[in-house]
Amino acid sequence: MCLGVPGKVLAIDGMVATVDFFGVKKELRLDIVDEPVTVGDYVLNHVGYAIRRIPPEEVQETLALFEQILDITGAREDLMAMDVQGEIAAGRAKA
Amino acid sequence: MAKDLTQELKFRDPAKARALAEAMQRNLDAIGREVSVMHVCGSHEQAIARFGLRAVLPRQLQLIMGPGCPVCVTDGPEVDEAVALAGMGVHVCTYGDMLRLPGTSRSLADAQADGGKVHVVYSVDQAVELARAHPAEEVVFFASGFETTAVATAAAALAQPPKNFSILSVHKYVPAAMDLVAQSKQTKIEGFIAAGHAAIITGWAIFEPFAQKTNTPVVVAGFEPLDVLASIVKLTDLIRERKAEVFNAYPRCVTREGSQPAQRVLWKVFEARSGKWRGIAEVPEGNLDLRPEFAHLDARKRFRIDTGAVRDEAASGLEAECICGTIMMGLASPHDCTLFGKACVPESPVGACMVSSEGTCRIWHTYGGAPDLRGVGLPASSEG
Repeated sequence: MCLGVPGKVLAIDGMVATVDFFGVKKELRLDIVDEPVTVGDYVLNHVGYAIRRIPPEEVQETLALFEQILDITGAREDLMAMDVQGEIAAGRAKA
Repeated sequence: MAKDLTQELKFRDPAKARALAEAMQRNLDAIGREVSVMHVCGSHEQAIARFGLRAVLPRQLQLIMGPGCPVCVTDGPEVDEAVALAGMGVHVCTYGDMLRLPGTSRSLADAQADGGKVHVVYSVDQAVELARAHPAEEVVFFASGFETTAVATAAAALAQPPKNFSILSVHKYVPAAMDLVAQSKQTKIEGFIAAGHAAIITGWAIFEPFAQKTNTPVVVAGFEPLDVLASIVKLTDLIRERKAEVFNAYPRCVTREGSQPAQRVLWKVFEARSGKWRGIAEVPEGNLDLRPEFAHLDARKRFRIDTGAVRDEAASGLEAECICGTIMMGLASPHDCTLFGKACVPESPVGACMVSSEGTCRIWHTYGGAPDLRGVGLPASSEG
């Protein structure tokens, strides 16, 4: 439950943002994010809440990191990839 | 210099990893004795074990995982409360990694198998939604995790949840655990690697009083392999120079002040109180309890939770042999445990550290269980 996963903000409705996580659209709460968020920003998701607006200059670096983690397709259980997938699922499916 | 080093890192470049290992070795040679450092984050241990980072550490350096897994330090009687609530017929929502965590005798998975209404959720919001969908039924969120996760629980508490929603808080507070380890007379930890994501919330300045008080340096690190290696280099720099300072090696996520909105939300809803951490001790300010103003959301106040029927104080034979607490204090490794990989496996864990994907025993079991490969394939020292 301790990882944060980055996603791109597609739309904002009050305290709820629709965010794209590697092709999966989820809703995230914006109650506790550190800076104001606008459409097009990247945010870090932690258990369904955006905990950080990722500064634009750090977006590529952060995305590359997670793509590498998610890319592991070994037959063996990969704990970190499992946690990342859990975190992605932490956003609610868009109704 | 080390600051430049951490900023130019590109994730998994073996040449950089070797350069970092060499820098570490130089530091250890300069220090001239064995040094133990501790990290307090399950995600760090995952990176370390998965990429075999212990293989490139200098022989004189011990890298120990401390009490950095919130699942592992949730105490048995706390799980009993959730199990008892499920037995009373209320809905109990939990993060998935808590499901198989044993209480004093039973887990929520056991309660579920007995017909208890136990739900795995990825977010507290799903528990709130369940409560909205079933207004006539009570829904309890078994709120676990460190401050990063507690902030989400706090935000949900402030967002006017329905009246049939309540919170059973077993949230824990990381800085308190570092205090405990640093002040233990048994441990000889000379430096700490602090968890990057928790520090997004708290900011890195929170570790400054700790570093001064315990005369121990702290480096805040991300969870990429090179993040971890670079942070150890910086930590050994500080140990060599005898500087009890805090260094932020994760500037792409962590600031000095942390997230002010998140801290406001956290401390509006929770207060740090003394509480028992499984296998370790009573930790002053180690638990995050709901403030009295939120008594209406506190499952402990709403229900008369009687754990008598699910509690078993006399540990079974196997549990008596479990050394999870000693492992989390950095005094033993999973290989010192007679149960590890035999009687205690992920499918049927005896101790808490085998339950969670962030627990030391589970991580070691998944990634081969023998991360101490020093001396194997060490180009840095053999080829110079």
